[in-house]
Formats: sequence, C-alpha cells, structure tokens
Amino acid sequence: MSTPTSTPKSPADKPGMLGQLADFFDDRTGYRAFMHEALYERVPGGARWRYVWGSALVFAFMTQVITGLVLWASYSASAQTAWESVYYIQHEMTGGWLLRGIHHVMAQAMIVLLALHLMQVVIDGAYRAPREVNFWLGLVLMMLVLGMALTGYLLPWDQKGYWATRVATNLAGLVPVLGPSIQQLVVGGPDYGHHTLTRFFALHAGFLPATLVLMLVVHLSLFRKHGLCARQPMRKPDALFWPDQVLKDAVAMLAVMAVVLGVILLPALRAMLEGRPIVPGELGAELGAPADPSQPYAAARPEWYFLFLFQFLKVFEGWGASGEFFGAIVTPGLVMGVMFLMPILGRWQLGHRFNIAFTLALLAGVGLLTAMATNDDYAALWANRAAYADVEKLLAETDGDQAKIAAALGNDAGRIATFQSRAKKLDAIRHSQSFLNAVVLAKADAARAIELAGRPERIPPSGALELVRNDPLSQGPRLFAQHCASCHAHVDPAAPEASTLLAEASAANLHGFGTAAWVRGLLDPKQVSGPAYFGNTAHKEGDMVNFVQHDLIDTTNWEPEDIEAVIAAMAAEAGVPHGGGPLADADVIRKGRELIADGERCGSCHRFSPNETEPGDAPDLMGWGSREWIVGIVTDPTHERFYGTTNDRMPSFGKSAEGAAPMLSQRQIELIVDWLRGDWYRPAAHAH
Amino acid sequence: MPQQTDLSTRDQPPGPSTGRRGFLAKMAAVCCGGLAMLPPLAAGVWTLLDPLRRRGAAAAFLPVTELASVPADGMPRQFAVVTDRVDAWTGFAAEPIGAVYLRREQGSDTVQAFSATCPHAGCFVEIESEERCFRCPCHNSKFTLDGNMVAPSPSPRAMDELECRVEKNGGIVVKWQNFYTGIAEKVARP
Repeated sequence: MSTPTSTPKSPADKPGMLGQLADFFDDRTGYRAFMHEALYERVPGGARWRYVWGSALVFAFMTQVITGLVLWASYSASAQTAWESVYYIQHEMTGGWLLRGIHHVMAQAMIVLLALHLMQVVIDGAYRAPREVNFWLGLVLMMLVLGMALTGYLLPWDQKGYWATRVATNLAGLVPVLGPSIQQLVVGGPDYGHHTLTRFFALHAGFLPATLVLMLVVHLSLFRKHGLCARQPMRKPDALFWPDQVLKDAVAMLAVMAVVLGVILLPALRAMLEGRPIVPGELGAELGAPADPSQPYAAARPEWYFLFLFQFLKVFEGWGASGEFFGAIVTPGLVMGVMFLMPILGRWQLGHRFNIAFTLALLAGVGLLTAMATNDDYAALWANRAAYADVEKLLAETDGDQAKIAAALGNDAGRIATFQSRAKKLDAIRHSQSFLNAVVLAKADAARAIELAGRPERIPPSGALELVRNDPLSQGPRLFAQHCASCHAHVDPAAPEASTLLAEASAANLHGFGTAAWVRGLLDPKQVSGPAYFGNTAHKEGDMVNFVQHDLIDTTNWEPEDIEAVIAAMAAEAGVPHGGGPLADADVIRKGRELIADGERCGSCHRFSPNETEPGDAPDLMGWGSREWIVGIVTDPTHERFYGTTNDRMPSFGKSAEGAAPMLSQRQIELIVDWLRGDWYRPAAHAH
Repeated sequence: MPQQTDLSTRDQPPGPSTGRRGFLAKMAAVCCGGLAMLPPLAAGVWTLLDPLRRRGAAAAFLPVTELASVPADGMPRQFAVVTDRVDAWTGFAAEPIGAVYLRREQGSDTVQAFSATCPHAGCFVEIESEERCFRCPCHNSKFTLDGNMVAPSPSPRAMDELECRVEKNGGIVVKWQNFYTGIAEKVARP
C-alpha cells in the first residue's frame, strides 16, 4: 500500500523486471551515479584524437592481463620446464601461437604508446599544477611497464632471453655498494637457474602488475579529479566523454589491435602469396633454442626498444670501468631525474620549452642509437665488402703489424690514415657478418630444438636441453669444427668450394664416410692419392695407394664387378643409415666379403675375420665404418686394430692418462660419429 | 518500564576523541594493526633475502683436458668446463657449466687459461680466427690472443685469466671462478 504522500504511478511508468532489478542494485550501491560520473566527464573543447593515448595504453594493459593470465595457466617457471611449456604453448596448444603472439607484440605496442602518451603530455604541458603528482605517477607507471618488458624477455628461458638477461643483471651489479647484493637477489642466488625464473616470473606476473594496477587506479582517479588538460585553443564546444571521446578511444584501440594482429599475421600472408605452407607455430613470438650457459650465443641482443641502451654501452669505448657505470647507471638515472623535475621546470615558459626540447631530443637520441645498433649488426647486408679486398689482403699479409703496414704504404701518413679508416670500416663489416652468421645459426638451432621437442618420445624430464646436447645434428658439426676440422675436411666433393677446402685439409675428407660413394673414391687410382683421401697424409705413398694405383687396375686380377662387390661389401659393413643409398644385393655383398677376406687380396694386409687372432698391418675391416668402428678409431687410432705404429698424427681423442680428462668424452665421440654417419633424429614428414 | 534513550543524537557523528584516552586508543590501534601485519611482511622479506646467503661452489681446480689437445701455435682453443652443479633443488652430475680458452705458445708447455665470460657485461667471448683475436659479440670488446685489451675498448679490463696447471700425467686443471663484470679490478664472486 502506497503512502498518501506518493503519487500513484500509472501502470505504464512501472518499471519492468530488469528495471526493478536495476533499481534494487542502484538503491544499494549507487552504481548509476558512479556510471554517470565515469561516462559523463566533461571534455573541454570537444573530443580529440590527441587524447586517445592514455585509453589506448589502458587497453593495451588489459590485453596483456587477459593474454598473460591465460599464458600463466600453461606456463611452468623452472629451468627444466620453462622452455618446454612455452614450446608446448607455441607449437602444440590450439591458438597458443596467437595468444603468445598478441602478448609479445602488444608489449612492444605498449612501449610505442608510452612514448606517444609521454610526448602528448609534455607538449600539452599537462604536467603543470595541479597535475604534477599524476605526471610523476605516470613516470613510475612507465618504469613498471619497462620492468615487465625486461622480466618477460627471460621467461621462455631460451638462448636469447638468457644471454640478454645475463647482461641486464650484470649491469644491475654496477650500482654502487648494493649492486652485487641487488644482482644476487634478482638472480635468486649466485648463478642463473630455477630461482632466476621464479623471481622474474613473480615480478613479471605479480609484483609489477599489482603495483601497476594500484598506481593506475590512482593515476586515473587523479586524472578525473583534475579533469582533462585541454589543448589550447579550444575550437569546438565542450563535449561529454561518452560517447564522443569513447568512440575515438575505441577506434584507436581497434587500430592498435589491428596493427598487432597485422604484425603477427604478415608472415602468414607472405607464405600464402609465395605458396609456402603456413605453420602457425612460426607466427607471433619467436622461441629460440633452450638456454645453455656453456653454449656461446653471439646473436644475443635485447628487444628492439632496449637496443638504444645496448648501443649506448658501446659509446663509452675506452672509458674503462667508468664507461659502463656512466652508460648503464648514471646517464639513465640523470635522464629519469630530469623527467621527474619536468613539472617544476614547466612552471616557467622557458622551462616548458626546455621540457619539450628535452623529450624530443631524448626520443631522437633513442632513435639514433637504435639506428646505429641496427647498422652495426646489419651493415654487411648493404656494405660492399669486395671494395675492401686490398685492405683485407694487406692485413692478412702483414698479420696486422702496424710497422709492416706503414712500410707497405711507403710510410706515407696520408695513405696510412686512409688505410686505418678503411680498416675500421672493414672491421665493422666483418663484425656485422659474424652477427648475421650467428643469427642464421641461432635460427637453425631453434628450429632443431623445436623439431626434437616434437619427437614421438616427447621431452625427457631433464628437459629439452638434454635433447639438444645429445643431438648429433646440433653437436656433431660443432665438435667436428673444434676437434677434427684442423686436419679433416667435411665437404661434399660436388660442392663448388670443395677443391679449396680439400686443398687446405691435411687428412681425408670425411663427408659420406662409410657410404659406397666414399669407398668408390678410395678405390679410384686417381683419387686415392688426392686431397680427399691420402693425398695430404703420410700414407700418400703408402701400401694402400700403391695397391690401388697398381694392383687394382690390373683387370686380370680385378674385374670391375669385383671392385664394385668390394665397395658393396664395405658399405654393408658400415651400414650408414642415411645418405648412403640402398645396399647392393646380398649375393654381391657376399662376393665382396669373400674378396676382402682373401689372403691374396685385401686380406693380405687387413684383418677381416674374427678367426684371425693376429692384427693386420692395416686397419681391421671387420665392421669398417660402423658406429663402433669409428668410435674405436677416434678413441685410439694407435690401437693395433687400427693404424698401430703407422698412425699419422691423429690424436687418441678418447684415451688419457690416469686421472686426466681425455680430449673428448665417450659421449662427444659418439656425437661426432653419429653425425658423420648421418644417424640423427628425422621427423617422419622429412624422412620420406 | 525501561528508560528510553534519545536515539536522535546518533544522527550526529561523534566528535574527535581527545585527551589521553583518545591518544592511547589511537596508539593501540596502530600498534595492533602494525603487529598483525608484521609477521607476513617479515616472513616474506626474510625468504626473499635468502639468495644473499647462497654461495656458489667454492673455486676448485677442475680437469679440463690434456696438454696434447691444446695446439702449440698460440691459437686459443675453447673447452667446456664440466662439473657437478646444484641449481636450487636440482642436482646435475657432470654438467657443462661454462667455457675456458686454453692456449700455449709455439713449443711451450706452459698453458694460459682465460674465462670465456666477457669482463665487460658477461657475454660469451669468441675467437676471430681470421683476425687472430678474441672478440665479444655483444659490445665489440676486442682482446689479443694473450687476453689483453685492444684499446679503445668498452671493456674495463683484460680478459680474466684463470689459474691453470699441467699435471704430471699431462692433464690440465683450471681453477674455475666467476668474476664481477664491468669494473676495472678482477674480483672473484663469492
């Protein structure tokens, strides 16, 4: 029953169910007034595009919160699971590549939006009283965003993030007095590992965003308290935030999202146009090879928006210890200091102009340093190295000896100066070339790690790094280059560079060792004393060469089919699993084996039967070229089973004095051997 | 009949409490609240500071390779340093934990060992065989083959030389240590 004071409502005025519900909540929360306050903020001078940056930043942050929380739901922060879980998100989970791609690219967009927002605030003088505190809050927010960018870079625990973070945390150690402690706290101990990840993750997804949200709430409420700082002159009548400014903000958000998606999907479009298959896992954010402290990573660079700081450290060449301190601590500190003083300086018109000039100069400096860093790294792509051939030649001839160079240039000061400056340019090109090579290597390593992680056996509990470390395809070439390549070549004889590389080598070419093609070359009178076989060794005029060049060409003893049978039998002994082509018929192999065992033929020097107890004068051919055989000869070529006392220079890689470490561990030898034999994991799709 | 209280005064907010009783109440409120918050904060900070008392493995001589593996031509060669390692709760047996460069002059049996970590910012220094020098791929610090700086360099000091011995059996052992980067003095990390 209504009270006498209230006028009875007509049935048409009576709110519906929804309206009643809304009334119920409004009575108890006052949300309508709140919404009104939120949406009907006055925008002096009307809605403008230049006001959209703040909202776009909030939108970008919301995107990071949404994508970040879902990434969190699949991420596992530990040294054995971080890379692995990110691999799983990126390459196996439905939509994972898109989720991670948005998170990764939006982080970069956020940095750009921050710069735009800062520029707009400074140029419009929006930091002046009473908005000083809000400007300072904005700077703190900026540092929080940069902190999240820095901590997020490590979380995939790949080579790129690992080595970049090592540099960043080493720089933190330069802070006076507390530096080493700060570094140890951030790293989570004396060395990088589980606790580096758990701490960076707690910072990235906990401490920093929680602080950011708190600061953002204050930042926005202070913004509302002071109202929008309108750009003068105001050409249009005042408008309300909703819907005029909201529309512009929303369009800006959509544009940002479109750019982010564009960056992610552009490679897919390119692949489509070029008729290549689109692999979703390759879109969006990159994932390098798993972090490995013992594996050099020459392609280490920070994310592009930190490149200027990276480059800045190179500026202080020759400054000694103070250079890095100035570059990494003092200068960034001073710049932040000036920025914090901006609201005070801006009280005077001259100060305001200084602030604008400072901000623009800062951005120009950042742009310049970024361009310099890019040029340093990529110069070899556009520089003409051939133009420096004479410099390269003189440097090689003189071994870089300054006195010899001066003499070669006739001690002419002008020519020497020109030479020096050109040598410097050549040096820059060389450095860029090694960076580009490192990038190619890093990409190949990453692709291989991802291929290994996708094996049907999956990743072992000890992590993907173990897969990489035990992969002949990844490790073999590195170990070979380090321990074998100073004597042996490994080059396809059909390759254009083969003749040069073979001439430089002082031992046999091991490319295709164990295949029929390799044996055929060995038994070819023209090749056996050539550089691919015994040509550059002590056996150049040995019994084997003599045998091939004199006995084997005697067709009364050796029919061409006999030689082919021996080749087939040798290839069968080796049993190279890949790249050797199909084995010959069993009958041919049997014939070949009989010929080899024949005491009048191969068997006169080589042992080829377990029944023979005495070793031959030449290496055993039982199991020749098999894994076990090659491991054996690499371990100890001076063993009677192999070259014995006739061994030519080859070290016993696996043998060492009691207590000393051998040159190569058993595992390392096996990796080299498996690589030589082409025995490594191949995904099913590639095998056919 | 019970006495009626005039409830109309409840509509007025009470005045600020003054005097000694008010002061004590305020102090007590702050103390109780602060005390209640203290344990979680203290426990948090205490645990967060845990890494400060962690020490790396004590510097020890580790077998790296044998003399015959180091070419006697002055060119350094890179070797992995392998030892047992503990990362928080995980123990690794015989893990590569870093790398050293070993070199010896022509015909000499004395071996020099350098840490592969750049003394500038901690990147992995590489050998430029073409130019016969060390070069850091990050900020371009260059070092001669015997570890000295090529000036001008971003690096504040020469490469970190490690103590190194050739044992009677020909094995090479290196005292594996990490040093603080970016400073002029070579100071070992604890």
